[in-house]
This record gives sequence, structure tokens and C-alpha cells, in this order.
Amino acid sequence: MDDVAMAPEGLEWKFSQVFGERAAGEEVQEVDIISAIEFDKNGDHLATGDRGGRVVLFERTDKIDGGVHRRVLEAMDCSSSQHPEFHYKTEFQSHEPEFDYLKSLEIEEKINKIRWCQTANNAMFLLSTNDKTIKFWKVQEKKIKKVCNFNLDPPKPTINGFVTTSNAPTSFKTCFTNGGSNDNPLNFRNNNVSLRGLTSLHLPTVTSHETSLLARCRKTYAHAHDYHINSISNNSDCETFISADDLRINLWNLEISSQSFNIVDKKPANMEDLTEVITSAEFHPSHCNMLAYSSSKGSIRLIDLRQSALCDTHSKLFEEHEAPGSKSFFSDIISSISDIKFSKGGRYILSRDYMTLKMWDINMGSGPVATFQVHEHLRPKLCDLYENDAIFDKFECCLSGDGQRVATGSYSHLFRVFGCSEGSTEATTLEATKNPTRRQVQTPPRFLRSPGGSDDVNGNSFDLTTKLLHLAWHPSENSIACAASNSLYMYYA
Amino acid sequence: MSMGDEPLYPIAVLIDELKNEDIQLRLNSIRRLPTIARALGEERTRKELIPFLSENNDDVDEVLLAMAEELGAFIPYIGGIEHANVLLPPLETLCTVEETCVREKAVESLCKIGSQMKETDLAESFVPLVKRLAAGEWFTARVSACGLFHIPYPSAPENSKAELRSVYSQLCQDDMPMVRRSAATNLGKFAATMEPAHLKTDIMQIFEDLTQDDQDSVRLLAVEGCAALGKLLEPQDCVKHILPVIVNFSQDKSWRVRYMVANQLYELCEAVGPEPTKSELVPAYVRLLRDNEAEVRIAAAGKVTKFSLILNAELAIQHILPCVKELSSDSSQHVRSALASVIMGMAPVLGKEATTEQLLPIFLSLLKDEFPDVRLSIISKLDQVNQVIGIDLLSQSLLPAIVELAEDRHWRVRLAIIEYIPLLASQLGVGFFDDKLGALCMKWLQDKVYSIRDAAATNLKRLAEEFGPDWALQHIVPQVLDMIKNPHYLHRMTVLRAISLLAPVMGSEITCSKLLPVVVEVSKDRVPNIKFNVAKALQSMTPIVDHTVVESTIRPCLIELSEDPDADVRFFANQAIQAIDNKTTSS
Repeated sequence: MDDVAMAPEGLEWKFSQVFGERAAGEEVQEVDIISAIEFDKNGDHLATGDRGGRVVLFERTDKIDGGVHRRVLEAMDCSSSQHPEFHYKTEFQSHEPEFDYLKSLEIEEKINKIRWCQTANNAMFLLSTNDKTIKFWKVQEKKIKKVCNFNLDPPKPTINGFVTTSNAPTSFKTCFTNGGSNDNPLNFRNNNVSLRGLTSLHLPTVTSHETSLLARCRKTYAHAHDYHINSISNNSDCETFISADDLRINLWNLEISSQSFNIVDKKPANMEDLTEVITSAEFHPSHCNMLAYSSSKGSIRLIDLRQSALCDTHSKLFEEHEAPGSKSFFSDIISSISDIKFSKGGRYILSRDYMTLKMWDINMGSGPVATFQVHEHLRPKLCDLYENDAIFDKFECCLSGDGQRVATGSYSHLFRVFGCSEGSTEATTLEATKNPTRRQVQTPPRFLRSPGGSDDVNGNSFDLTTKLLHLAWHPSENSIACAASNSLYMYYA
Repeated sequence: MSMGDEPLYPIAVLIDELKNEDIQLRLNSIRRLPTIARALGEERTRKELIPFLSENNDDVDEVLLAMAEELGAFIPYIGGIEHANVLLPPLETLCTVEETCVREKAVESLCKIGSQMKETDLAESFVPLVKRLAAGEWFTARVSACGLFHIPYPSAPENSKAELRSVYSQLCQDDMPMVRRSAATNLGKFAATMEPAHLKTDIMQIFEDLTQDDQDSVRLLAVEGCAALGKLLEPQDCVKHILPVIVNFSQDKSWRVRYMVANQLYELCEAVGPEPTKSELVPAYVRLLRDNEAEVRIAAAGKVTKFSLILNAELAIQHILPCVKELSSDSSQHVRSALASVIMGMAPVLGKEATTEQLLPIFLSLLKDEFPDVRLSIISKLDQVNQVIGIDLLSQSLLPAIVELAEDRHWRVRLAIIEYIPLLASQLGVGFFDDKLGALCMKWLQDKVYSIRDAAATNLKRLAEEFGPDWALQHIVPQVLDMIKNPHYLHRMTVLRAISLLAPVMGSEITCSKLLPVVVEVSKDRVPNIKFNVAKALQSMTPIVDHTVVESTIRPCLIELSEDPDADVRFFANQAIQAIDNKTTSS
């Protein structure tokens, strides 16, 4: 592994876990379909968002009490099969469906992106966004408190908070004037409420045994996007983040939700001149001034926030020029980039367009350093894919923490993992089921029968309704989480 | 403290509500912690209340924020400053919470308490607290620690001082940018308490590291520290240590850093002295005035007057003025606007001759700017230039500018110029006003936008105050009264508004002879809105006119209105009658 020149061996992927697995014949509820997946920085937590506006958090169990766990394993004389294992932690409703009355537009609650922010004091912070509104969440364990030994017994029930301090005393006042006239030092008395009135004060006793998780929305960043937000990304300064829609990118301070700065504006004076939209944007992992965004024309632009306040001019442009002969009606559509990701060190950018994954070196603008065909067998079928709009599906991509491999999704709940270190020929096809390798033998499928979807058990066909759009690679280990409609599958190698 | 007289019941409620389920009630109780403490007495406050608060800090941020604030002023309730150390533990915990505003408040309260504590107590309990926070597991504690060093440092023993310095310099190299930002923000405060020898060595080393941080947000804060540090150093040290840094910063790759320099530069001039200012800072400033990035030029342009004030007239004319000329035709309207808002202040610095020859053409070109904000900025500061060269030179260009603004299609622009009319009137004099601006003022009364009509009415009042009732009687009142026949009821309403505003300025006699008859006349208007505004106007006029007039003219008119078929008219008429009655009975 240390020797970069040596190509690592292909990984053997195994099923690890599944959450929300469908029973046979069970119909998928639209709101349950997962629309975003994100690991936190050290991989101890995983968040998913769904079309119903919910965010579900998972926590890693195998590492939390690592010491104990290992000892147990040793006692059991078990070979170390340590791989990330997660359990359901909590969930909360992040977004609700809304209606924009000014524009007569329905705003879906669907979570488009989730990003983790810096953890503090065991409180987790994350940003979630739908098409229009970004929210900053704090998820924290709160002690469940039991308060007893009040001064006034029994404690006055607080019914809807209508009990006020101003009117409460009057009812007892007479009691007090009768009973409270002695000047005994109050410290001597332990009993507080005598029959005749209140004679001493003490503080209530608070005990707590359990804790519960509480999610609170700390900030709401709204009304800054005319178009649909496709990305949010944190800056390495832990202070700012960007949000990108089809035509603009805005810069926010996490603490300030009342204003943002527009840093990229691609809106032409006349909307008829519009040729290109922003599809994805991400900050460089360590350089606070650099960010990359991709476009529907297949280009990636790197911009430097130091250069000017409005970064309409890029500092670097990455695009691949197609050979003139190969241009077809679909070339423009399939070259649209659906997702970009920086590698951990920030040297490389991974991009996904409809047919391929491309790895770019940010020091080399002339072309990608590697290109991986994701589902080349679909190329003859582009016409059908266009007709049923599948050609506009937005697949995400991800890189392993060591930068040696990349992964992305396809149809029929398949996803592919490629080795991207020099000389690697690793190219694995996995299926998001409990037996991920069951179709591997048959790949690549040679012919397609019915483009609209098929139930061919041999896997020689593809099912356009079961697309695997969202997946994430654990930041430090070979573990992938991917969403097959409403189910979250996890694999390790 | 005795509590024999204090009713215990309300206190008991307050104490119980410290743990109520309703946030609002908890907040209320926390806000009344002093009351609770007084009832418990000093000893029980120390032994029971404060520990209780320390243990129960698992609350919502609003409650924690209130607690952090209250504890800062709690010394009187725990038995004086010698017991101050009991307040430290709860505040220390609050210094570590996730919410920034709670931490900041806790730090503020700790500083408040620490600055009153005795030296021995500081060394015994405050210094360890600072060190614990600085070594905190989470960045939140370390961020808070940075803001506390300046409290115990001056009185700490020598070895402890050395330790504090080294801990601080570690914080400046923390992995988390938040901690480095906090260290950069608080550097000036800490440095101010430090011996000159360490200032030059330790602090300068820290400062230099921060200025080279790879996070722009940290470098920005280091720039802010430049001026503060510069003031602490001897001029020659400042030249040696700070000057090169700021000159470097003024050419930083990041426009945000240059923007900060542009904002701060003038503050450093005094610290380095006149010679380095001339040789280093002026060229740096000139570069910023010509920066590629408009935001930087905006910041720099906004400081031309402040910078010129520090320089002498000669340097300002030689170096700054050429840039000002360029900026007056800058491609960014915001730059021109920033320039226009301060440029008038340069006139007193440059003196009469330079102003007439050099600044005046710039004023004139800015007065013709296509962007209304620029023109407005010039007009708003007219008095400053008037003192130096007199207004005559400007007046020929002023008029077209004013007329154009007066007719701008954006009502906010029209509103802004109306608000400057009294200033213009006072600067330009009655003669100029009568000839040129009088008609405009009347025209605004019939503007399409209510805010403009309303402002126009107020404007008439201010003009009457400026030029006196006699002038107003000639130049305002007849024109206004004429308009009462306007077919549009909204315009008649504006006139009513103007009349009721003018009445107090015009005085009893003119009100009775000129204004009141018109108002009474309008009470027979066919539009109810007019009628109830008549009632309101009449009510506002009663204090001005004589009692007999009230009874003979105003009251009959109101009585008639009080029998109006319209409910609103009756309401306001009755209200006015009641006000008159109240006044009569009270007097």
C-alpha cells in the first residue's frame, strides 16, 4: 500500500449492513427514497437525507469503545474482521414542503445535500438543503432531567406555560404573613412548607439518568437562491460555506444567516443566451481560497476567491475536447457533469458525466489523467434513454480516503469501483443487495432487451427505475455506503 | 443579608422555576438570580446556589447566555471579591459550550470578575483556569482561553508569565482555524499587558506567524492587529516590525486582506511617524486606491479624507489628489459613491486654492454622475465645502443635479433629495431658493408616492422654520392653500397634512386668519377620509389658537362632523372633542 508505484490488488467487496431493506413485494414509498448520503470527517457518523425531508443519522459502533471491543474479540479468539459497523442513531425532520406564494411555486422538502460541520463538545453539526433553503442543525445528547424537591409542593403544573410568577403569589400571601413572621434563621429549618406557610427556601434536586438526542435548527439560510440549489460545501476555515444553484454560487458565514455574498454569477443579461448551467460545486479540502464547480457543458472551473470579489473569471479550466468526428446529437447531453469531488489532499478532482468517471489533476488542464467507462453498454441505447429522460439522471461519485479508488453508481442498483492508481486495472461491478457480487460474472452485458426496465434475473438487462444515484466512501477505510431507493446498503473490503 | 422582610413565596416560585419546563420561565428566573441570591444570603449562595448552577448547565443556549451574563455581576451576592473564585467554575463550563455567543459572554464575565480579583487569587485560581481551557479537548475551550490571558498576566509571578506566553503562542499554532482566529483577535489585548522586552520578541514572533497563516480569515485578523500593536511599540520598532508586514499585506494575493489594509492603513500613520508614512505608507495607500479589485478601491476611497487629514496639504495634493481624480471616473459606481461620500471633507484639508482648482472639477463631475447615490452623497455634505470656497462656484452645477434627482424615477432617490432641501436652502440662501427650488417643493406635494408627499409636507415645515413665518406666508402658504381645490382627494389630504404641520410654525395669528378657515371649509368635503383628517387637523390646531377661537370655530365644526353618517368621521370628531374638553377642564 505504501508503494505508490505498485498497483494495489483488486478488493474483494463484502456485504456489511443494510438499513431499511425492502421485503419482497413491498412497494417503495416516494418519501422514503434516499436523496443524499454523507460521512462525517472521521467516518464515525453517516447521515442520509430523503425525499420526505428527513435526515437520518447513523453512528459507528465498532470503534466507539474500541478498547473493550478488541478485548472481547481477543477473548473470543476471533480473527480481526474489523470493518465499520453502524447503528441507527436518530432522525429528524429537516425540511417541510413549502409554497412560494410570490412565484406560485411548490418547494419540495427533498434533501438535496447534506454536509457535516466541525464537531464540538460531542454535539454534531450539519448543514442540509432542499431546493431553496439551507439549514444548520445541531444534534446533541441532552440529559433527561427529573426535578424533585421543589419549594412548593406539589410542584405547580405548568399547563401550556400559562402559570406566571406575577399572579401566583397572591393566593399564598395570607398564609405567609401568618406563618412567616418569626425571625428564625432559615438555615435551621429543613422542612420548607409548614402547615401555616413557607418558611425556608431550598434549591430543587435534579437527577438525570438517561440521555436523549435532540436536534435543533440553529440557523436557516433562506431567500438567496432563485434557482434550485444543487450543492453546498464547507470551507476549510470552518467559518464559511458555499451554496450553488443553476446559475449562481453564494458564500455564507455559518454564524450569519441574514446575508450572503454572490461569488459566481452565470446569469446572462438575456436568458435566451443561456448555454450552460452550474451542476455542482465544492471547496478545496485545505486551500480556503479555492473552489471548483462543474457545468452542464462538461467543464470544470477552478476559481480563486483571493483574486476578486466576484469570481466570474476562472483561474483554471478543465475540459476535454471531443474528437470532431465523434460528435453526435447526444454528446452535449452526456458530457454534462453531474457531480465533482476533490480528492482528500486536493490534488485531484473526480467528475462524473453520464457515461464516464474522469480524474483530473488540478495541475493539468489539457485533459483528464484517467477516464473510466461506467456503463458503456448503454451507448447504443442513448436514444431510448433520452426519450424517457433517464439521460438526465444525476449520478454522484466518490473517492476512497487514500485516493486509490473511485466509485459511482449505475442502473439496476449496480455501482462500480475502479482502481485509479497508475497501472491499476481494477474495475468491479457490484449490486446493492446482500450479495453484491452475484452478477459480476456476467459483466459486461452484451445486449439489451427492453430498455424500459426488465426483470431478467441474469442481469443482462438494466432497469432504469432502479438507479443508484447516491453513494459515499468512508473517509479512512474501504467501506462504501450506497442508496438503493429507500434502502441504505453498506459494503466493506 | 436578612430576609425577614422579603416575602418568601415569590422567591420560592423563582427558585422552582429555575427548573421549569418552560424556557421563558427559566429565563425569567435566571434574570432574577440576584433576587434569589439576596433571599438565600451570601453563604447559601456560595455553597448552594452557585454549585447548583454549575451542575445544571445542560440547558438551551438562551438560558446559558443569560446565566453567563448574570454571573458576571454576581460578586456582591456572594460576599464580595474575596469569594470571587466560587464564580469561576460555572463560567469555566460556560466557556466550553458550542454556542459562540454564550462563550463570548462567559469570557466577558470572567474578564469582569478577574479584573477585580486580588493578585494572589488570580494566581491561585484564574491562571489555572486559563491553562485548563487552553488545554481543552475541544476547540471551544481553547477559543475562549485566548480572550482571558490579559487578565491574570500583569500580576502573575515571573515563571507563570513565561508559561502564559508560551501557552498563547501554542494557541496561535492550533490545528483549528477558529482557535487561531481567536488568538489573532485577542493578540492586541494580550500584548497591551506585556513588558516591552517580550513584546518585541514573543509577541512579534507570534504576530509574524499569524501574518503567514494559510487561512485568509486568520491573516485578515492579523491585519486588524497591526494598528493595535503598532500603537504599543516605539516608533522605531513599529517601523522595523509592523511596517514591512503591512506593506506586504497591502500587496497580498487575497483582495480581502488588501481590503482590510485599505480600511486600517491610516491608523498606522501616527504609530510609525511622518517620515516612514511618506516613504512607505503613502505609496502603499496609492497602490490600494488603484487596486484591481473594486471592493478594495471602495474601502480605500472611503478613507481618502481620513488619510489626507493625517498628511499635510502638500503631500495630499501631490499623491492623493491624482488618485482621487481617477476614482471620480471609476468604472464601479460603488467606488464613486464611496468617494463622493467623503470627498467634500478634503476641502478644509487642501485649503481654498487647491479646492477651487483641483477639487471643484471633481465635485462637478460627480454631481453629473449617472448614479444617483453619487450625486446625493455630494449634496449631503455641501456644508463642508461651503465653508472653504463658498457655494457660488457650485451653484450653477447644483441646480441641474437637484432638479434631476427631484424627478428621479426611483422614489427613494426623490425622498433622499427632499430630506436635503432644508440643508440646501440654508446653504444657498433665500434668493436662490425662491428662484429655483420653490416650485419643486410644491410639485412634490403631488407626487404619486405617499412617502414623497408626506416628506414634502414635512419639508415645507422645515423650510418655514429655516426662513421664518413671514417668508412662509408669502412663498408657501398661498401655494399650499391653492391646492386644496385639487380634484384628487389624496392631494387634498396632503394639503391638510401640510397645514397641520405648518400651523405651529406660523403661529396663532396666521393660523386663525389663513389656515383655519380653509380647514373648516374642507370639513364639508364629500370624501369621508378628508373629513376625518379635518377632525385630526383641528385637534392638532387647538393648542395653537386662542380658546375663544376653539369654542367659536373649531368646536362647532367638530360637532357637525360628529354627526356625520360615516363611522370613522364620527370617531375622530368625537376624539377631538374629547381632547378639547379634557384640555378645558384641566386648565
